Amino acid sequence: MPTNDLHGLTIHEAHELLRQREISSTELTESVLKRLAEVERKVHACVTIVEDIALKEAEKVDNHIKTAHEITPLTGIPTLIKDVMCTKGIRTTCSSKILGNFVPPYDATVIEKLKAQKAVIVGKTNMDEFAMGSSTEHSAFFATHNPWDLSRVPGGSSGGSAAAVAADETLYALGSDTGGSVRQPAALCSVVGLKPTYGRVSRFGLIAFASSLDQIGPLTKDVTDCALVMNAIAGYDSRDSTSVPYPVPDYTRQLIPDIKGLKIGIPREYFVEGMQDQVRAALEAAIGKLHELGAEIVWEVSLPHTKYALAVYYILAPSEASANLARYDGVKYGFSDRDASNVIETTEKTRQSGFGAEVKRRIMLGTYALSAGYYDAYYQKAQKVRTLIKQEFDQAFEKYDALVTPTSPVVPFKLGEKLEDPMQMYLSDICTMPMNIAGIPAISIPAGFVDNLPIGMQIVGKPFSEETLLRVAFAYEQATDWHKRKPALS
Amino acid sequence: MKLSYEQVRHIAWLARLGLSEEEVEKFSLQLSNILENFEILKQVDTANVPPATHTIPLQNVFRKDEVAESYSQPEILSNAPKQEEDCFKVQAILE
Repeated sequence: MPTNDLHGLTIHEAHELLRQREISSTELTESVLKRLAEVERKVHACVTIVEDIALKEAEKVDNHIKTAHEITPLTGIPTLIKDVMCTKGIRTTCSSKILGNFVPPYDATVIEKLKAQKAVIVGKTNMDEFAMGSSTEHSAFFATHNPWDLSRVPGGSSGGSAAAVAADETLYALGSDTGGSVRQPAALCSVVGLKPTYGRVSRFGLIAFASSLDQIGPLTKDVTDCALVMNAIAGYDSRDSTSVPYPVPDYTRQLIPDIKGLKIGIPREYFVEGMQDQVRAALEAAIGKLHELGAEIVWEVSLPHTKYALAVYYILAPSEASANLARYDGVKYGFSDRDASNVIETTEKTRQSGFGAEVKRRIMLGTYALSAGYYDAYYQKAQKVRTLIKQEFDQAFEKYDALVTPTSPVVPFKLGEKLEDPMQMYLSDICTMPMNIAGIPAISIPAGFVDNLPIGMQIVGKPFSEETLLRVAFAYEQATDWHKRKPALS
Repeated sequence: MKLSYEQVRHIAWLARLGLSEEEVEKFSLQLSNILENFEILKQVDTANVPPATHTIPLQNVFRKDEVAESYSQPEILSNAPKQEEDCFKVQAILE
């Protein structure tokens, strides 16, 4: 293989070549850096690229590979990290002005884990500010463009990570998912994105948005890579009190192209009003494929509380965010406006010019929902409906091994199309929010195209059923070639 | 339900969030529109439903109280917008 095409490889392909010593990590990293130099001016996926750090790390890894008997699957593989995860010594901005100059003194647990595997971190990816958004247009720096059509959004909030993987600017990336922020951009960019069960991956060093909903997940070029990254990042962490002390399986174990006997439910509420007809048709074809592959499909499943998920989510997430973001006061780190005459005014001014419109909107919403006189009507009520949504999923998973839905009811929309209408933007995550509310895992995989625009299929399971989801995803992937298509980027 | 100018100003005050006049006007409309969409929850009977506290139940999360190395003062102060004599510097709070 010519060394200038190495950026197009999957993790498992590159690992095989590294193991056989047919390529070096330096060649792989150089290929990724060259690709970034070529297409980044079109895609705008990265906030920071750390060329020198990456090449130095690759050289170190190459020296290790020379003498090592066996290397881990991520050894020497370049990666990009959503700019919401703390990286020691590398600027971490959350795509916000208020953290524009923040250089963390520590690594997030997932970064420690990747480094323990000798991964090569190449840079940090763009996102909606503080992960609040569904298009990456709410970045304080610039919008990321969809590699499949540069006039359209890549989805969000992990739009930088998804676009970078789709554009072969990296071999894989990490994202975070609070209401769909890994899965929805994965669908809109035709890559694989997994939101693990809440508590499966440590949130230590993940800059908090909504703590009871946030999970870190991989964005990869295929399902095998997704399993490999999960093997690296999952596991208990004493520094995250919500991380679960359960053993981590080998997620590649169930990657078998056989789903005979699995019972898959199709909840009708996810084929929502406002869903594009062609997306519906593509999804129905994909579900037909699962049936061909031997799964038993049950079409008329109903989860009637689904229609309340949007309201529950937009009460809980902003409420938690308003508390989490109270820490940005211009004292300990980040942007600070010191023109004011007293401490309170300093805080107000710092937050006024440090936060963008969407972040302010959510802080306002959350503060309102938690304020005296409204707490019971909004926050408490939402937590009760959350119980019902969770129970409804629990009951469904007594009957079905997995549920299948669209990831997004629409194909990628135009840049600017929904920017002035917050409610329309919030509806982008209608199919993905319920899983965060219930804490359950879900994966989005490429499931077709409409006029060369990607469509994603979402596979949902009970807590800690990631292996089953990966198995269904793998079987579908092996029977199709959507994941092999590459954007023309012209 | 529509949020009044005073209500928006009050919420912003609670959140210590400075807002321009244009922002107050915009948020008054947008937040009202969003809150309207929350009315749907009134349809759900939650009389005997406990509020969710945690989706994946864990109880009594403890760890050993072990002495370990922490971050150095220079590391923690390295991002401070203003510092003096190894402290974060803020404006005077008392006259």
